Amino acid sequence: MNMDFGVFCKSTLDGEPVQHCISSIFGIAQNADPSYLDWLMQAWFWTIAVACLSLMIALVIGAVMGTLRTLPNSSLSSRLLVWGATAWVELFRNIPILVQVFVWYHVIPSFILPLKELPSYLLVSIALGFFTSARIAEQVRAGIQSLPSGQMAAATALGMNRIQSYRYVILPMALRIVIPPLTSESMNVVKNSSVAFAVSVPELTLFAMQAQEETSRGIEIYLAVTLLYALSAFSVNRLLTWIERRTRIPGFVGTSTDPSLAH
Amino acid sequence: MKASSFLVSGIRTALVVSTLVCVQGAIASSATLDKIKATGAVTMGVRESSIPMSYTTGDSRFDGFHVEVCRMILNDIKAKLGLSTLRINYQPVTAQNRIPLVQNGTVDIECGTTTNNTARQRDVSFANTLYVEEVRIAVKANSGINSISQLAGKKVATTTGTTSVQLLRKHEKATGVNFDEVFGKDHADSFLLLESGRADAFVMDGSILAGNIANSRNPKDFKIVGEVLSVEPIAIMIRKDDPQFKADVNAAIAKIVANGSMPKLWDKWFLKPIPPKNSIVGLELSAATKNAWANLSDKPAEDYQKK
Repeated sequence: MNMDFGVFCKSTLDGEPVQHCISSIFGIAQNADPSYLDWLMQAWFWTIAVACLSLMIALVIGAVMGTLRTLPNSSLSSRLLVWGATAWVELFRNIPILVQVFVWYHVIPSFILPLKELPSYLLVSIALGFFTSARIAEQVRAGIQSLPSGQMAAATALGMNRIQSYRYVILPMALRIVIPPLTSESMNVVKNSSVAFAVSVPELTLFAMQAQEETSRGIEIYLAVTLLYALSAFSVNRLLTWIERRTRIPGFVGTSTDPSLAH
Repeated sequence: MKASSFLVSGIRTALVVSTLVCVQGAIASSATLDKIKATGAVTMGVRESSIPMSYTTGDSRFDGFHVEVCRMILNDIKAKLGLSTLRINYQPVTAQNRIPLVQNGTVDIECGTTTNNTARQRDVSFANTLYVEEVRIAVKANSGINSISQLAGKKVATTTGTTSVQLLRKHEKATGVNFDEVFGKDHADSFLLLESGRADAFVMDGSILAGNIANSRNPKDFKIVGEVLSVEPIAIMIRKDDPQFKADVNAAIAKIVANGSMPKLWDKWFLKPIPPKNSIVGLELSAATKNAWANLSDKPAEDYQKK
């Protein structure tokens, strides 16, 4: 098995080595025809773009849906909100991600015609965002319901209404509790962004399949793509770990060793 | 001094003789034929939706122009090896895994729609070409598109992992026509992009275009237009470094051509109703393919481009 990493410096049009292999990815020089390395960098950008967009959609909608699921059954409106959020979570949790992507790309635009004009990366970000939001909703709900019931009672006793008690008392603690599973979910979004290849977003998986076919150097191509996926997911992991450490409230972590902070 | 130089020359002779014996042994045996003889079975690589060359007719059954040719070849090999029965295991392959599977021995003979080009000849070997493919454009009949130059600014669909993607890229560069490429994950998906209007044209091998149009809901809505973008020889793939097996396969192909079966096979798969839906592909025999039957060779696609 002989590996030839020089394949990345070959032109995508005729297979000849390009003039500016490394400097072109930093924008210093421009190749006449793109090399496989240029294409790899563009594909990486698309992966990150789809992953970021999906993650933003998922975090916002997931937090909202998870919070709605914890409302008490007191009035008709709150019962309706709980029912709606539950329906959302169950719908998007029970269908495989690839099927959801195809539904958003082929099926729904045939009913809602304006969606046909949307570029495919937006549709796939919506699909991936909604899919992940169902999972994030469940994690946020677990975080909220893990808090002792005295928290809500104390907030009410202080005169806060429902929205204020969620905003100032419940959610700050609950979201800190669920940062570890949210980290996993964010890394999952980066990895699941590979389903975008099925709807012609020119991201890393599509690059790998096409470049492997053109150059017959599958091992080198797939090694590079694997490295970039791992790097992207690991960066998300490190970022969220830093956020976790910065937002941690001293003494509220179960395994803290300072007895004076016990509560 | 004399004794040691005798010893050295003696060892050298022994090495040369033993190498010759080993090489002789390697030339005489064939890994593929030995495996077929030992197991009584052969694995044929097939495609799932490359109508009418190699496709599934439902229920894990595979059929097609190339598949039938391969069955005839394997019949000849069975006779040559003196086996009473030869079980054929059909292994569906994709554009991604067909070459690695042939390289590692999972598939003994791949009978799909693989283009024979110099890059691939580094990894595998090809039998003599029996079908020359022309890359064409399929459009909706009422779109008014007749040539690739009219595709400027339009959406053009093609399948990921095929030679057509690079072809389109080279064409854009060469002629300055800029179009929007959309990629389907397989031929059926790319055709769906054309059918649903997400793409204005589908660029692919003519037989795949004709096969997909024939099997669509309203074949009259589509037509194949435009100039031939590329001529590619499609050939049966076998393991590299197995000259004995390759010679046997080519001998079987020569026999099939010699007894006049090729025009009949073309008629059966391209001009008459084919399973499973009894649709007609309707692709006429091209001069390039007729020429390939008359002058059997395994030269790669690059040789066909030099005019």
